[in-house]
Amino acid sequence: MTDDGASATDVFLEIEGVWKSYADFIALRDISLKVYEGEFVCFLGPSGCGKTTLLRAIAGLDPQTSGRITQAGRDISALPPAQRDFGIVFQSYALFPNLTVRANIAYGLENTGVARPRIAERVNELLELVGLPTEAQKYPAQLSGGQQQRIALARAIATSPGLLLLDEPLSALDAKVRVHLRHEIKELQRTLGVTTVMVTHDQEEALSMADRLVVMNHGVIEQIGTPLQIYRDPASLFVADFIGAMNQMPARAGDGDRVQIGSFAGTCCGHSFEAGTSVVATIRPEDIMPVEGDRGERSNNVISAKIEDMEFLGSFFRSSISSPELGDTVILANFSINAVRRLDLTVGNSLRIELPARRLKAFPEGRS
Amino acid sequence: MAHADAIPGLPVKLKLGRDEWTQRAVMAVIALYLIVALALPLYAMLSRAFSTFSFNLANYEVQVSDEAGHFAGAVRTLEEINAELDILDGSDLRTSSEGRLGVATFFPDFSFRSPLMYRLRGTDPDAVYLVGSERHQGVEWREFDSNTFRRVFIRPGSERGLENFLTYFSTPALFNSITNSIVIALISTVITVSLAFWFAYALARSCMKYKGFFKLVAMAPILVPSLLPGIALVYLFGNQGMLKALLFGHTIYGPIGIVIGSVFFTFPHAMIIISTALAISDERLYEAATALRASPWKTFWTVTIPGARYGLISAAFVVFNLVITDFGLPKVIGGQFNVLAVDIYKQVIGQQNFEIGAVVSVVLLFPAVIAFTIDRAVQKKQVAQLSARAVVSRPKPKHRLDNGMLVYCVVISVFILGIIAVCQFAALIRLWPYNLTLSLKNYNFELMDGGGWSSYLNSIKMASTTAVVGTVLVFVGAYMSEKTRGFQRGRAFFHFLAMMPMAIPGMVLGLAYIFFFNDPANPLNFIYGTMAILVVSTVTHFYTVSHLTAVTALKQMDSEFESVSSSLKQPFYRLFARVSVPVCMPAILDISIYLFVNAMTTVSAVVFIYAANTALASVAVLNMDDAGDIAPAAAMGMMIFYTNVGARTLHHLLSKRVLARSSAWRAG
Repeated sequence: MTDDGASATDVFLEIEGVWKSYADFIALRDISLKVYEGEFVCFLGPSGCGKTTLLRAIAGLDPQTSGRITQAGRDISALPPAQRDFGIVFQSYALFPNLTVRANIAYGLENTGVARPRIAERVNELLELVGLPTEAQKYPAQLSGGQQQRIALARAIATSPGLLLLDEPLSALDAKVRVHLRHEIKELQRTLGVTTVMVTHDQEEALSMADRLVVMNHGVIEQIGTPLQIYRDPASLFVADFIGAMNQMPARAGDGDRVQIGSFAGTCCGHSFEAGTSVVATIRPEDIMPVEGDRGERSNNVISAKIEDMEFLGSFFRSSISSPELGDTVILANFSINAVRRLDLTVGNSLRIELPARRLKAFPEGRS
Repeated sequence: MAHADAIPGLPVKLKLGRDEWTQRAVMAVIALYLIVALALPLYAMLSRAFSTFSFNLANYEVQVSDEAGHFAGAVRTLEEINAELDILDGSDLRTSSEGRLGVATFFPDFSFRSPLMYRLRGTDPDAVYLVGSERHQGVEWREFDSNTFRRVFIRPGSERGLENFLTYFSTPALFNSITNSIVIALISTVITVSLAFWFAYALARSCMKYKGFFKLVAMAPILVPSLLPGIALVYLFGNQGMLKALLFGHTIYGPIGIVIGSVFFTFPHAMIIISTALAISDERLYEAATALRASPWKTFWTVTIPGARYGLISAAFVVFNLVITDFGLPKVIGGQFNVLAVDIYKQVIGQQNFEIGAVVSVVLLFPAVIAFTIDRAVQKKQVAQLSARAVVSRPKPKHRLDNGMLVYCVVISVFILGIIAVCQFAALIRLWPYNLTLSLKNYNFELMDGGGWSSYLNSIKMASTTAVVGTVLVFVGAYMSEKTRGFQRGRAFFHFLAMMPMAIPGMVLGLAYIFFFNDPANPLNFIYGTMAILVVSTVTHFYTVSHLTAVTALKQMDSEFESVSSSLKQPFYRLFARVSVPVCMPAILDISIYLFVNAMTTVSAVVFIYAANTALASVAVLNMDDAGDIAPAAAMGMMIFYTNVGARTLHHLLSKRVLARSSAWRAG
């Protein structure tokens, strides 16, 4: 494993020092990134973070202002889209409405010297691959959104491009179809082994599909890593906050791995701040443990707390907890149904909770 | 603030593929068309408005021989002779571009039978003179016998200056037209917009019966030349009019006639715009008003009017523009009441005074450009309103409102159909008001001025060519400007060019064409007097609306089609042919019928540039009316009407077929 979590195979797509500026703002700032052969990479971030701009620069649809993009060893920075090697799928599907499903998929195969029977064969193959073998003669408007997106995918991979670009491919679909289709796309990508870059603002989608995530904000890359790395070990407060739920507490750094939150002096997983620096201490709701009996006495990261509110979310309870030791901050904690029953946790009850040291992180204050 | 120049690294300049080059080349060709067919003629016209012409006597030297033919006498410039003999004063030397001055004028005892010889030369290489109709220039001596010398004329030189404008604004007969035009346009605008509003309101917000019929009737005026209502008004209220008594001694020839006729021919334009504005009004607002127990009156003023305000403003400017730039109607019914558009015609055709014609054109450009600019700004806002999510409003039956609206629409329809019926009647009557038997003799156009039936055939030919050529040009141009990647500046410039024609009145365009294409020095001079220049003028005159129709249709297509197609390495023209054209087919048909109908009815864009063998039906109506053959003029006008009805029917059937064929994929 390399330092950013990727396997050390061949670099397929390399982005070096890419900037993109419009008349009055900068959309991409010095973006550098390597995508490896066969990898599935997700660009993730809030809207306006530059992820789509980066994708369109890779495609040549909106070329970058400066910087270099190399694909399969070829500098493609200045090539028009038609001279690059990619297939693309858009949120809007962009299927040609007046062409049948068959004609849509065959569109890129025609006029390329491929014989007609071979084209028909290939289209059937692709229809089989996306699970719609019987819809060849229909028009896009006669298909559901999920079906249309599969056809768009089939059309994009019909010419066997070296790179597959997906621009928010699932955003226009119903929640259920979305979950289903993201497994299928992932499956397809693995079968074909095609290097894929997907843009999404949906963290669940990104976490479940990508080999590696590129989290972006305000035109810069905040962090690159595997889904687990990013979730477990966010590099910045922004990433911590953007991916999953995260409690944030104003705090002051202490010596070594100590951190002071309100009157609570705890141990965190280590920081490099000078003692006395204002920081933000974070912990995910699911990492907060209810302490049973006197089991937690030995740990110094245990505080007493009171349940202010509880919300049943199906597989667990999300509780709002206040603690005099933490000051005014109300934090969220997820408690399993089991724990709630065993410890008789209800609104108004007091309990003791542990903020495990290896899950408690400190970040510099300010930027988010 | 960060700027592009703060970006480190080498800027990336996208290499252009074959597609990009082709697209830009095609766009450049169409832009070039618009420049040649619009910008350059306008420039030629503007420069003419600022040109003054006068005879520069100092530029010519003459010498007279003795009776034996020896040139021994003094060489003198015409200026010296004139100073000595005091033949012409300064005002005699001022002239127009067409002016010519006989050199013999400067020899009071000149006789064409005398044996004296004369010779003449320019002292300046630019000095031009004519011998008969042959043009000469330069400083070489040229000898003439006295019989030839009487046919030697000097031509004026030109200077830049505001003199033409000074002349214009010091001639009340001319500048009074400004007020006339504006007042007429304002009155017509107020009346048309009010009438059209209630008509559109009845169609959009009542449950009145026969809506389809009323919509058809309201559109009818678009199918006839604007001078046709003028002819009908002559029959109704003219000196021997059927209803003359209704005017209580006022004359129809003048402002009254122009206003009534203008209301007729601008009504459909206002009605369509206001209908669109009312159709997009949000039903939820009406529900909210009902829930708040607002009275219908209050609902009307707080929901309906604000919702339609952009439509109303836009309609007002469009009508104002149509009236102030219209030429045919005031020509027919204006009598002694002068308006700007007719002044241009009178100056150019009547008096051959092209410079003053150009000045009037410049004056007419001002209100037209202002109205156009405001209209565009307002239209943009309305588009924004359209894209908001709204629930289409469905009116509920209200007996009193519905019946009242029905009566109102019947009255308007009677007015519109009445005007057309009167024309048809006029065309079929042997001799109004003395012999009311029916006959087809008025259709025997060969006996009249105006070009006969061949002018009708010319019109069909011209309109069909305009429809085909114009549609291709407009749609391809719109496609390139809308779907080409990058090249922002080029596309913006193209869009600007495409918007310009709408601000240019037809008369102004026509006059500009004379200046530009009739110039022998122009390599495009050969199209002057051909069918081609009529097509060019008409396509250009109606370019903007067609362009906007195409752009609207193209914008409704997914903007990523081009991206997908180029990622699949397919050339853009394949996408254009296989997807863009089929998907936009309804809009393409709309553009072609719009061009056809307008080419059939337009007078102003072609009246200056038709030639004897390219006379058009609409111009024939004008000329026959001018010659007093009003009934045949009405007959020809009705031929245009029926042709357009036929064309529209064909268009309707075609559109229906296209939609039926594509219903499978348009569904959803």
